[in-house]
Amino acid sequence: MEFKDYYTTLGIDRDATQDEVKRAYRKLARKFHPDINKGDDAEVRFKEIGEAYEVLQDTEKRAAYDKFGKDWQAGQDFNPPPNWDDGFEFHGGGYTETDASQFSDFFESLFGARNRAERQRPYGTSHATYSGKGQDLHAKIVITLEDSYRGSKQSLTLQRPTVDESGHVLTEPHTLQVTIPKGITEGQQIRLSGQGAPGMGQGPAGDLFLEVAFAKHPFFTPDNRDIMLTLPIAPWEAALGATVPVPTLGGVVELKIPPASQTGKKLRLKKRGLCSAKASGDQYVTLAIMTPKPVTDKDKELYNDMKKSMFFNPRSHLGV
Amino acid sequence: MNPDLQCTFFDDDCHYSLRELCNVCNVHAQFIQELIDEGILSPQGQKPQEWRFRAVEIKRIQVSIRLQKDLRINLPGTALALDLLDEIARLRQSKSRLEQLYSLEEQG
Repeated sequence: MEFKDYYTTLGIDRDATQDEVKRAYRKLARKFHPDINKGDDAEVRFKEIGEAYEVLQDTEKRAAYDKFGKDWQAGQDFNPPPNWDDGFEFHGGGYTETDASQFSDFFESLFGARNRAERQRPYGTSHATYSGKGQDLHAKIVITLEDSYRGSKQSLTLQRPTVDESGHVLTEPHTLQVTIPKGITEGQQIRLSGQGAPGMGQGPAGDLFLEVAFAKHPFFTPDNRDIMLTLPIAPWEAALGATVPVPTLGGVVELKIPPASQTGKKLRLKKRGLCSAKASGDQYVTLAIMTPKPVTDKDKELYNDMKKSMFFNPRSHLGV
Repeated sequence: MNPDLQCTFFDDDCHYSLRELCNVCNVHAQFIQELIDEGILSPQGQKPQEWRFRAVEIKRIQVSIRLQKDLRINLPGTALALDLLDEIARLRQSKSRLEQLYSLEEQG
């Protein structure tokens, strides 16, 4: 087990006051809240911050933790010395609203697992009817645009809390097979009934909500159901018009570029976006004219001919 | 693996009644009413019995609950945070589109 330096996690000194602990926690909690911070490590950081605060905001727990002093470094292999907690009493109260079932083994070995009733407090109970139903869990599922375009099946492995015979809560990996419907869009949710945390007593298990996120695509950008693509074209294709191949999620299609097109011109490929049973999306192609580099003398000659015969001033609208 | 796995998709093709919304999010109707009064939710229809919500509003409720609980934000603050988060999402999207165009120019 790795030693966790809770002071480093909150970015504070070991002699920080309780007020400083609180301020550091609140600032970091706002910064790394997974609903606000879209970074990949936000959820992990948010849990670490919550765990550090859980210990440091409670003067008794903090005093016990401080017994380890400066001898330990974060990440060092760690086992608590026997009877390390002599003389300390950890009360049931004083827990923050953090989801304690997510705390690390390091925390559990020091402060013990919370009793089940406390751990199973459902999410947002302040507005919920308390029925003994297990907590709803939320997770993200990252799929490709192609997965959505065609519909697909995904395997998803989650660390799911389960309760053993003696009532202890353990987390164990759990693999689910999830069907991704055709045309699902970013931010949409899939609910898997009964796949959340176990219920209390005879209460049913909670649900698992999977929020869909798209993996970054090398050239397509989704906008709800529509797919955006920037398409490079040659100056003569833009000037004279042309039919050019364009990649779409469903394969290559031919696109007709009208004569005298400019960079930024938007063309629509109908129903080439993310289409579901009832709704359809389009692909929008934004033209970007690429100027060939003059390499040979012949190239330079061609550009010079254009310059001499075309009298083109691209800055006339700027009055220069 | 899980043959009887019960999946529900919340997509924009469907609309949800007040009762369905309360069940899905495990909240009281009173809480939904508060979110409507704050402008966080905007259902179609005049009376509560006629209200129809979109799937995206399920997520707004869930995020509202989490922000209130985790960061102790009150309702007006939650409404502001949600609006700003939407705005950030829009800006990120146009930023990534512009970056795509810019990277073409670099290659050219």
